[in-house]
Amino acid sequence: MQLDSKIPAGALEDKWDKYRFKAKLVNPANKRKYNLIVVGTGLAGGAAAATLAELGYHVKAFCIQDSPRRAHSIAAQGGINAAKNYPNDGDSIWRLFYDTVKGGDFRAREANVYRLAQVSNNIIDQCAAQGVPFAREYGGMLSNRSFGGAQVSRTFYARGQTGQQLLLGAYSALSRQVGAGTVEMFARRELVDIVIVDGRTRGIIVRNLVTGEMERYAADAVLLATGGYGTVFYLSTNADSCNVGAAFKAYKRGALFANPCFTQIHPTCIPQGGDYQAKLTLMSESLRNDGRIWVPKDPADTRAPRDIPEDARSYYLEEKYPSFGNLVPRDVASRNAKEQCDAGLGVGPTGYAVYLDFADAIKRDGRDVIARKYGNLFDMYQNITDDDPYETPMMIYPASHYTMGGLWVDYELQTTIPGLFALGEANFSDHGANRLGASALMQGLADGYFVIPYTIGPFLADHGVSPVGVDHPAFETCAREAAERDRKLLAIEGRRTVRDLHRALGKVMVDEVGMARNAGGLNKAIGAIQELREEFWQNVKVGGEADNFNLALQKAGRLADYLEFAEVMALDALTRDESCGCHLREEHQTAEHEAKRNDEDFCHVALWEYAGFGNAPGFHKEPLVFENVELSQRSYK
Amino acid sequence: MGSDTINITLKVWRQKNAADKGRFETIAVNDVDSHMSFLEMLDTANEKLILAGKDPIAFDNDCREGICGTCGCVVDGIPHGPNKAMTLCQLHMRKFADGDVIAVEPWRARAFKVLKDLMVDRGPLDKIIQAGGYVSVNTGSAPDANAIPIPMEVAEKAMDAAACIGCGACVATCPNASAMLFVSAKVSQLALLPQGKPEAAQRALSMVATMDALGFGNCTNHKACEAVCPKEVSIVNIARLNREFIKAGVTSEAEVDLPLALVPAAEKSAKPRAASPEAPKPAKPVAQSTSGGMVLTGSIYILTFLFVLGFIWQSLASFL
Ligand SMILES: Cc1cc2nc3c(=O)[nH]c(=O)nc-3n(C[C@H](O)[C@H](O)[C@H](O)COP(=O)(O)OP(=O)(O)OC[C@H]3O[C@@H](n4cnc5c(N)ncnc54)[C@H](O)[C@@H]3O)c2cc1C
Ligand code: SF4
Ligand code: FES
Repeated sequence: MQLDSKIPAGALEDKWDKYRFKAKLVNPANKRKYNLIVVGTGLAGGAAAATLAELGYHVKAFCIQDSPRRAHSIAAQGGINAAKNYPNDGDSIWRLFYDTVKGGDFRAREANVYRLAQVSNNIIDQCAAQGVPFAREYGGMLSNRSFGGAQVSRTFYARGQTGQQLLLGAYSALSRQVGAGTVEMFARRELVDIVIVDGRTRGIIVRNLVTGEMERYAADAVLLATGGYGTVFYLSTNADSCNVGAAFKAYKRGALFANPCFTQIHPTCIPQGGDYQAKLTLMSESLRNDGRIWVPKDPADTRAPRDIPEDARSYYLEEKYPSFGNLVPRDVASRNAKEQCDAGLGVGPTGYAVYLDFADAIKRDGRDVIARKYGNLFDMYQNITDDDPYETPMMIYPASHYTMGGLWVDYELQTTIPGLFALGEANFSDHGANRLGASALMQGLADGYFVIPYTIGPFLADHGVSPVGVDHPAFETCAREAAERDRKLLAIEGRRTVRDLHRALGKVMVDEVGMARNAGGLNKAIGAIQELREEFWQNVKVGGEADNFNLALQKAGRLADYLEFAEVMALDALTRDESCGCHLREEHQTAEHEAKRNDEDFCHVALWEYAGFGNAPGFHKEPLVFENVELSQRSYK
Repeated sequence: MGSDTINITLKVWRQKNAADKGRFETIAVNDVDSHMSFLEMLDTANEKLILAGKDPIAFDNDCREGICGTCGCVVDGIPHGPNKAMTLCQLHMRKFADGDVIAVEPWRARAFKVLKDLMVDRGPLDKIIQAGGYVSVNTGSAPDANAIPIPMEVAEKAMDAAACIGCGACVATCPNASAMLFVSAKVSQLALLPQGKPEAAQRALSMVATMDALGFGNCTNHKACEAVCPKEVSIVNIARLNREFIKAGVTSEAEVDLPLALVPAAEKSAKPRAASPEAPKPAKPVAQSTSGGMVLTGSIYILTFLFVLGFIWQSLASFL
């Protein structure tokens, strides 16, 4: 397979400018003749749909929720990065670029990441102009904080609700266009197939979630901004409706899937309570700025945390990483928590939790200051666990949070299927093997507001207006197949619910394809996933009807995809016989249990090509070339 | 944080689809862990229903952490249930005792059609935002974010208003099924900020007119909305909305640009809210205007009455 990443030639700093200068433009008068479909209206899709409509294109936008305002971007708490350097503390586009490439452990494309850093500043300007109520200093200027281990303060935030406010900003821009009639919004719709005619994307099939009807929509190009697949682990910080479905349908129709095994496990989540649990709640990473992480030194120490004296506690991150302490990157913090718990030092009813303690911060700054910073998070914690974090340390444990892997896209955000683009968390582009805190919101909005509006132009200008309509037989076939799959799922009438089987898949993924992986475990996982897939198609009990709202049926479809996709994840993790970023292969670690990269053999993007149900997928590589940064071993000592 | 196991009985609204009349159904849910969230309890109940070959209870939810605004139904008569300042997904079963009978029903409001069981169509809230809940700024045309300083306390007040999650609980609890708290939250967020000021008056007029046209009722200052709002959006925002409204009236330059289809034919006479949950009235479609003229509806008059009150709130607000 011939892969062209379309990275413009020239100096890193000039690539984006040059690209924009050289790119073919669509004549303004012609724009309204083009129909574009945007699937997903989170930060990436919402921003894209609004901006493309402002430019004059005719846009149809789709989302699963009852309103575009509810995409899971809404849940982001911590903040959004930009290289504004307002605090004058040494930040620059170059530094944001470098931190992001290094944070991703040198498994992302230089050109993409540099562009991301370049447009980061425009995002903040745009959002402020929309009325996003960012936090401010007394003088009225925007406030910044250091986040997720960054050594400069480049994170903008709106209390603990940054994602919500940014999404509501994008939603307001989108709503303006809906009001103006330039965007048609279709809520409560789920993409169930992508229609390809003669190798080109021509439209989509969606299920109307209220009536169950399979609806067809044609367009000149389709943009997927459908988010990440963290719920493959069953329990995660993601919302109930997050899924791999749209990206997986693209994969099944021929788009290459990149680095599926690169998944991020967030260190500060509320630990699991019981089997009934439906999700894990993230406690913002900003808590690590003031909270100290520890476990008792003695596994047999069952005293209440407050009764454990200083010298009987192990502040293991501070001890191991004196210069970063509790602010080490997420993967390092997560792995260390697991290591402590595996060694029997974990706390709480399950033994899979560590303490995050604010006693010193409260002593130092006073309760009021801490309450002002984290009050809402403390309340949330207390409401869920019934424990008061002002009085007793929080208990935290890592949970699946973000997926760096995604559909392979070139510099123009186009997948390997012409006319199919992928944006935001759904693509693989910018975070390499590990995403830095506050960089996903940045990437979603960068893709939507500032990249795709330019990069879709050349495709449209080259291909002209699409003559294929929804009456084309390809639409008929796809819609029929989708309806057949539903009927098949409903007809199985087995004995295990979708939730039960998803939970079982999650266990396999957490145990073997989670924070630490090894060849034996991954092989075992592949077998277990195949068995579960078999079990699912023999023994699932979905319930309900096809022609009505049916959540279990939606979820059955999503789980069916996961049961295929999970195997690709495990295979990818097995094939990447090195450690990098969040991907720790136990066979490859330094004496201090840090990820040991193998740049000789694995400095590439791993790409998977669908080869039919149950068949081993094809494998391809996009070599990564670093011309501007030196590949160094990450060290947070 | 030891957990208990309790047995409860749900009296839950079942309605097959928008056309169905609906009724309450009694479902016993046993062995409920008190650490479960309310929605996890419903999940567990649904698992059993599915295995028994029955239709599970349909309810909306997504983030399950109180931020997306998707969840929400009326629990024992209170939208989002008994916890103050929390969404339904954050309600935990430790709030209930063994043997409790819990009534669960959907939001009831003329503007919200019940789609199935506990799910309603809140699309009208989106329509209100589409009528003006934005700043008209195209991508790429923004000045540097620090070019316009905004005093911290103004930004904080704007954030308080911006915290609205669009859940619709305020509508569900209002005796008039008004969406005034929701509308005022957006109007004041944007009116407080310099970026939103140029369009403030027009925005207020157009959003309120759209609200009226979509079949929401008037605000008659019951304050029930504030009490159930999971984000504690304050009715001070309604006072701010009034001010924008009056300003718009005084300058009279702003004209309401209302899509024809949204203009109601006349004053609404029907009580917008279904009186009894036992027999919820099916949503009444919004009548279409034949005259095509802009009809000032109830909210606008009542808002004028609230004008004086608004200034009192406003001066109060400046101390808060
Ligand atoms: C709890 C939490 C906290 C976070 N905090 C931060 C933070 O502080 N800073 C940061 O930078 N990042 C953070 N992240 C990550 C960041 O929020 C996400 O990566 C980002 O918002 C994803 O945006 P998106 O637009 O790509 O996808 P989403 O916002 O997930 O949107 C996906 C959209 O696609 C739609 N969709 C999905 N599948 C289909 C389908 N099959 N058919 C139709 N529509 C579909 C959905 O309805 C939705 O509209 C956090 C993530 C989580 C989970
Ligand atoms: S004002 Fe409060 S109750 Fe009303 S929609 Fe907003 S968050 Fe919900
Ligand atoms: S499910 Fe998101 S607020 Fe309750």
